Amino acid sequence: MESPATGVRGAVERLGARGSSVILEFGRMTVFLAAMARAALRPPYRLSRLSSELFETGVRSLAIVCTSGIAVGMVLGLQGYNTLVRFGAEESLGSVVGLSLIRELGPVLTGLLVTGRAGSAMTAEIGMMGATEQLDGMRTMAVDPLHFVVAPKAVAMSLAMPLLSALFILFGIGGGYLVGVAFLGLDGGVYTSGLQAAVDFREDVAGSVLKATVFGLLVAWIATHRGMAAGRSAAAVSHATTRTVVTGSVAILLADYVITAFWGV
Amino acid sequence: MQSNRSRDFAVGLFVLIGLGAIGYLSVKVGGLNYKGPSGLELHATFDEIGGLTERAPVMISGVKVGQVRRIGLSDDLRARITIDIDPDLALPIDTFASIRTAGVLGDQFVSLEPGAEEDLLVSGDDLSFTGSAFSIERLVNRIVTSFESGGSE
Repeated sequence: MESPATGVRGAVERLGARGSSVILEFGRMTVFLAAMARAALRPPYRLSRLSSELFETGVRSLAIVCTSGIAVGMVLGLQGYNTLVRFGAEESLGSVVGLSLIRELGPVLTGLLVTGRAGSAMTAEIGMMGATEQLDGMRTMAVDPLHFVVAPKAVAMSLAMPLLSALFILFGIGGGYLVGVAFLGLDGGVYTSGLQAAVDFREDVAGSVLKATVFGLLVAWIATHRGMAAGRSAAAVSHATTRTVVTGSVAILLADYVITAFWGV
Repeated sequence: MQSNRSRDFAVGLFVLIGLGAIGYLSVKVGGLNYKGPSGLELHATFDEIGGLTERAPVMISGVKVGQVRRIGLSDDLRARITIDIDPDLALPIDTFASIRTAGVLGDQFVSLEPGAEEDLLVSGDDLSFTGSAFSIERLVNRIVTSFESGGSE
C-alpha cells in the first residue's frame, strides 16, 4: 500500500474520500428505506405492535407537544400584539398567530420536539436491541427485525406527526387567544374572524399537514436507520442517539425550506 | 391483556383527537367547504374593485355575513365578483353593494346595504346597484383637474 500522499494531492484525496463516504451513506440509507417500506407493506400487519408504538411516540408526546404549543402561542400573542399595537393594527393578531403556527411553527417545532422526545428513544431502543443481540435472536427464529421492530416504529412516527402537529397548532391558537383576548383585552370575535379570514384550507392547512407528514417520514427514516446502523457498544448507541437528534433536526429545517420554496406553503 | 386494551384505547383516543384537530383546522379555521356552495351566491359588477381579494369579508353594518368567492372580468370588461353569503338572510333586490376599506392596513371588504323592495334576492342573482372602490389616486386626479380648470377661468 502506498504511503498517504501529502500536500495538494493528499488534500484532494481526503476530499474525495469524504465525498464518497457521504454518497455511500446516502446509498445505504436509500437501500434501508426500500427494505423498510417492503417490510411495512408485507402482511401480516403487526397492528398490536403498531398500537404499542403509537402509544410510545404519539400518546406519550402529547403532554410536551400541547404544553409547548400553548407556550409558543402565548409568546406569539404577546410579541405580535406589542409589535402590531404600534401601528394600531392589533386586530391582525389572529391572522399573525394563526398563519405563523399553521405554515411554519406548528410542523417544524412539533418535528423538533418529537425528534428529541421519541426519535432519540427509537434509535436508542433499536441500537440497544442490536447491542444486546436481541435482533440476532429474532433472526435465528426467522423473525425479521425490520418487519417486527423497525417498520411499526417508522409507521407510527409518520402517522403520529401530523396529528401531533395539528394539536400543537390548536393549542398555540388557544394560547394566542388567551394572551390577546383574556390578558390584553382584544376582542375575541376580532381575533377569530381575523384568523378565519387569513387562513385558507388549500394554501395553508393542507400544506401544514403535508409538511408534518414529510417531517414524520424523515425522522422515522433517520431514527430507525441510525438505530440499525449503530455499533454494538454502549458508547456507539449513545453516539447514534445523538446523531439522530442532530441529523433529524437539521433534516427537518432543510426540508422545511425546500417544501416552502417549491410548494409555497 | 387488560393493560393492552387500555393502551389501545389511549391510542384510539389519540388518533381520534388528532384527526379531530386536523378536521377543525380545515373546516373551522381554514374554511374548507365540504358541503359545496350552500350559501346564497350573488354576483356584482364594479368599475373598480381596488385591492379587493378573494376571501375578503362581506359585511352588513359591520357584521360579517359572507365572503368573496371569485373575482373575474365580466363580458363588458368590468370587474365581476361572486360572493357567498349566509343563506338565512332575506335581502331585498335593491340591495346596494359597495367596496370599502377597513383598518389602517387598508383591507378592503364588500359592504351591503339592504334596500326597501318587497322582492328578495335568490341565489345566482346580480346586484344591480354597486359603488366602486374608493381610490385615492382617482380622487387626487379629480381635485387636480378641478384646480386646473378653476385656475383657467
